[in-house]
Amino acid sequence: MALFDVFLLEAILNGLLFGGVLALLALGLNLIFGVIDVVWICYAELVMLGMYAVYFLYTVHGLPLPLAFAVAILLVAGLGALLHLLVIRPVLASEPINQLLVTGGVLFFLQAAATVAFGIDFRNLGLSLPSLVLGEIFLPWSRILAAGTALLAMLGVWLFLRRSFLGTAIRAIAQDRQIMPLMGADPGRLYLLTSAIGGGLAGLGACLLVLQYDVHPAIGLSFGPITFMICVMGGLGNLVGGFLAAFVFAQFISVGGFFFHIEWGYVMAFVFFVAVMFMKPQGLFAASGR
Amino acid sequence: MDLLAPLAIAALVALLPVVTPIGDYHLHLVILMLIWGFVYTAWSVMGRFGLVSLGHGAFMGIGAYGVTLLWNQLGLSPWIGAPIAIAAAALFALVIGWPCFRFRITGHYFALVTLAATEIVRLVIVALRDLTGGSLGMTPKTALAEGPVAIAALQFAAKEVWLYIALLAWLAGVLVWRAVDRSMLRYALEAAGQDEDAAASIGVDVTRAKLTVTLLSAVLTATGGILYAQYQLYVAPETVSGIAISLQIVFAVIAGGMFVQLGPTVGAVFTLALTESLRVAIGHTIPSLDGLVYGLLLVLFIVYMPKGILGQALALAGRRRAARPRPVPA
Repeated sequence: MALFDVFLLEAILNGLLFGGVLALLALGLNLIFGVIDVVWICYAELVMLGMYAVYFLYTVHGLPLPLAFAVAILLVAGLGALLHLLVIRPVLASEPINQLLVTGGVLFFLQAAATVAFGIDFRNLGLSLPSLVLGEIFLPWSRILAAGTALLAMLGVWLFLRRSFLGTAIRAIAQDRQIMPLMGADPGRLYLLTSAIGGGLAGLGACLLVLQYDVHPAIGLSFGPITFMICVMGGLGNLVGGFLAAFVFAQFISVGGFFFHIEWGYVMAFVFFVAVMFMKPQGLFAASGR
Repeated sequence: MDLLAPLAIAALVALLPVVTPIGDYHLHLVILMLIWGFVYTAWSVMGRFGLVSLGHGAFMGIGAYGVTLLWNQLGLSPWIGAPIAIAAAALFALVIGWPCFRFRITGHYFALVTLAATEIVRLVIVALRDLTGGSLGMTPKTALAEGPVAIAALQFAAKEVWLYIALLAWLAGVLVWRAVDRSMLRYALEAAGQDEDAAASIGVDVTRAKLTVTLLSAVLTATGGILYAQYQLYVAPETVSGIAISLQIVFAVIAGGMFVQLGPTVGAVFTLALTESLRVAIGHTIPSLDGLVYGLLLVLFIVYMPKGILGQALALAGRRRAARPRPVPA
């Protein structure tokens, strides 16, 4: 049976691993949307800057890789907080679509800033991790590591939201923006904290992606759109839905790319997204009876 | 007033090459301002009603690539290719728009669905690289070898010819905007924008109204794509389709002013003048510096001047007129 050959299995497994990283990216974006009700169109550009941070800290400044990762995550978390303070806060009261578009302006800005600062060269860490060989299947360790770390990080965020006091406050404000301030919670501070966490997740995503991909100023455009689609399909703000949708998307891209060309994998994923939106506008995994 | 201003501008621009020899470079800029002004106006025909589409790159791409492919592959004249490409763009608008409006996908969701649509078109263009040249783009086969004017191929060597073609298109676009502005459709859509249920309850066919304005906008935008392709004689996925173009359209309209007739045109003039002056001032030594300034300005516009340049200026002028004490009749 030619259809179920070993390469298809490899594509499916790679899709699963890719899904882990996409799920992590979607989680950060989703958290911000769920709590602050704003879509950061420029989210993938934060990831891009994080990738540059790791690159420069590791190859130019000679920091050990784990330390470079930690600094990069903190930097992007700071950027997330800064983005909230400088750009989102002033438009919180204006029309929702302005909030979407304003971060689009940030997208242009960050992409151009990266080009001005770093040029358009493709850069990579110059590391190459070996592959895990299972019979005829080759799975790069960088992908396994990335998917594993992403899963752990998601578990961490979930525990934080469920078990900690601050996490509970964040979930509460996501449920009701009017009542929570009356209970003594300060929305401004919670929004800032959420933005920093979202930024930190983008930073972590950057660390995992820079192991697998070259970084260049336009790399955000190859992850950004797919991340929004995942969040929307999972139901914006629905963390579990986004998690599942990430794996659905990754399979479309990986398996579609296996049968045809990688662009057709993306085309199919987007067509599927549009079709899902028409059938279930609230997202594939939205709770029914909303 | 709203008829006088565009006609006066059109007359001035039409006289431009007659009165003064402004040279090919400036002529080129004016042509680009007119073509983009036309596309931006086409976007705001629907965008002003809260139908914020990030998918207009799709319509432009279908127009530009449709005509170029039909000409290069089948030898079909753009005069026949254009209606086909425009019909294809309209069909695409229908396929995306009808379910969106039927199932009430609005706001963020509408923007993101149309964003997916524009990416689909860009990726299909890249994926069909044997036909389209992929990311490298393609050039329409030249018909200018025999002479400077090839009417059947819609190719003209002289920039003056393009000035008048672009001017006519722009004027037509602005007049369509005006027609929508003065129609019942406008009131229907404004009502629907505030409350769909209430609008439907007083007899507004919301889906139909939204679809009408979307089709109108898509058809005009595809026409803009065709003009752009025929004028530049080069199309590439990144320059006529995809997210970057869709965002460029939205931002220029916001900068100029979404809710006033000539706002999108002002946006085209402003963004092009900005890009060109930065390019001349700094040159190519620092790539993307224009993008940096552009992005920063857009953020500032949305935060501090959401009405756009022309919108804000007209609002200020209106306020001043209102504040002036009226002569009291004796």
